[in-house]
Amino acid sequence: MERTPVIKTKQLKIGYPLKGGRQKVVHESLDLDLYPGEVTCLLGLNGAGKSTLLRTLCGFQSPLGGEIELMGQPLKSYSQSNFSRLVGVVLTEKTNAGGITVYELVSLGRHPYTGFFGQLGKRDKEIIEESLLAAGIAHKSRNYVSELSDGERQKAMIAKALAQQCPLILLDEPTAFLDVTSRIETMVLLHKLATKQRKAILLSTHDLDLAIQLGDCLWLQEKKRPMACGTPEDLIMSGAFETFFSKEGIVFDPNTGKLNTVAPDVPIGVEGDFTTAYWVGNALIRNGYKPSPVCEGQVNVYCEASNRLRIEFPGGIRKEAGSVAEMIDYIMSCESSCRDGA
Amino acid sequence: MREINKIFTYFRDMNKQALLFYPFLSVILLALFIGGLAYGAVAIPLDHVLDILLGKGSDKIAWQNIVLQSRLPQAVTALLAGSSLATSGLLLQTLFRNPLAGPSILGISDGANLGVAAVMLYFGGSLGTLSDWPISGYMAVILAAFLGACVILGLIIYFSSKVKNNVMLLIIGIMIGYLASSLISMLNYYASTDKVHAFVMWGLGNFSGVSLEQLPFFGSCTLVGLLMAILLIKPLNALLLGEMYAANLGIRVKRARIGILLCTGILTATTTAFCGPISFIGLAVPHVARLMLGSSNHKMLVPVTMLTGACIASLCNVLMVVPGSDMILPLNAVTPLLGAPVIIYVIVNRKNIQYFN
Repeated sequence: MERTPVIKTKQLKIGYPLKGGRQKVVHESLDLDLYPGEVTCLLGLNGAGKSTLLRTLCGFQSPLGGEIELMGQPLKSYSQSNFSRLVGVVLTEKTNAGGITVYELVSLGRHPYTGFFGQLGKRDKEIIEESLLAAGIAHKSRNYVSELSDGERQKAMIAKALAQQCPLILLDEPTAFLDVTSRIETMVLLHKLATKQRKAILLSTHDLDLAIQLGDCLWLQEKKRPMACGTPEDLIMSGAFETFFSKEGIVFDPNTGKLNTVAPDVPIGVEGDFTTAYWVGNALIRNGYKPSPVCEGQVNVYCEASNRLRIEFPGGIRKEAGSVAEMIDYIMSCESSCRDGA
Repeated sequence: MREINKIFTYFRDMNKQALLFYPFLSVILLALFIGGLAYGAVAIPLDHVLDILLGKGSDKIAWQNIVLQSRLPQAVTALLAGSSLATSGLLLQTLFRNPLAGPSILGISDGANLGVAAVMLYFGGSLGTLSDWPISGYMAVILAAFLGACVILGLIIYFSSKVKNNVMLLIIGIMIGYLASSLISMLNYYASTDKVHAFVMWGLGNFSGVSLEQLPFFGSCTLVGLLMAILLIKPLNALLLGEMYAANLGIRVKRARIGILLCTGILTATTTAFCGPISFIGLAVPHVARLMLGSSNHKMLVPVTMLTGACIASLCNVLMVVPGSDMILPLNAVTPLLGAPVIIYVIVNRKNIQYFN
């Protein structure tokens, strides 16, 4: 299927101009595409240049070189008011909007379309209501923005971006400062908007788990390294993550999609009921073991049920654990006794 | 405090029929306006005042002169000056996203002050008399006030790009104000006694500085400024979200910023040149308006701030007259009495006030 990107960059060079005509280049040779209907997550450590890239795509700062094409035309060719109908942003900037209602906040999203005094027409009001509903914040529309929780505020800002009716929405760390449930809600909401309303959504985040879980596409940004782009699964299996996070002392475990300080290397075979095996694996990693396929000459765990874990030690000793905690106890005590024995 | 809260809640519920504010405030304003005409150092019965106003004249020429030549321009000046200062305070608070900004706090009044001081103390121009200057005295004073205000505004804009922290910016504004005051002190030191006296009197604040002949000029300057403020409502609302969001909503931020500062400059400079540096109206009235209205939406807030500012300045105009005597208090002795408690109330209760959060 032929897909046209909403935004496309060619050999984009981002950074800041310095005094005397010099440049501080943050990243260069960026060839990036954003497609409608997809959530793209921009991952990178602090200082990798995520914000610079987002600000450049938002038009808040000019690129140092290369091209940005928005809907097939150069970004520069758009007037500010036309641009504001194509790209909506949700930023981390602190707002001063506590004293207006959520409805009024979302109605600001109609600014690119309204006249000199910002008078709302019938169609504008319909769009505001649709946006409030789509973002799941309609029930709070008469409340002051100051009365919202952080998660609700984020939804209100997303509703504002929806009211702008942009094909592209850029979000700067929308899940930062949110509690766990609001994070998931926000990400699921964005994913739903991408699928249902065919929006192209780009967000920067530090939430690796959520990005892998709900991102259709990931951009891994790191200084002095080409941007790695692709679906999370492809990136994980191709090893892009491992090189990407290869900071000293931190490893990315491709088996689990999790970051850890040391990669576990002692294999323990795990087999059986899927859910139980998954969580048994989780416990093993925490204790420094690597969940692996069952094989001879190592400890193997057969998960029959969450409360029936059969452990087979090399040398034929068998134990049955009634819980994960018990299983860990057996394995740890065996290890110490084995070491003593050897 | 709870009583005040109750009153504010009452007003907030009125927000549903927010349009009620206009007739409500207009009636209060009219009452205070007539109060300002009827009540003064010289006792004139109300029916005579009304007769004079309706053009029927009065048997006492002196009364007629007092009402038409002195009290009428003074009441109109109070109304316009109050609107102007309150509006410029609101604009600055929104622009700098700082509820404690205001023309006097950011040093803009001091800039206008310095301009006036330069003309009055150094060149000897004054509001009342025509000097031997090519432009008449009061025009020179106004121009100097405007220049002074604009220079300080420019400095504040410059520092606001360097210092993102709002409190720090306020402190810089206060510092700039001190610098201007220090220059004024130097001018004072070298000026002759009568010039210093004239300047000190001006500095106490007064709504009677505008004569009937000057009123059209004063009026048109302030009305231009107030009209500008109304034209800025849309960008002001977008700026509630910050400059980046505003830019993303299609607002030309640089242009809006210049427009807002120009508008503030015109309003503050004109008022300061004619009435002296008036404290607290610019700082406190936007808070009163927001609390009554229960909203920071400028569509309602700008006109309500204008009306409230006119009301409070007219009230000050009445309160300046010491009852039972022919004494008139300086304006700046009255405005803090009304303004300071409002600001303290707002700061103490900031956790419960929406627009702070």
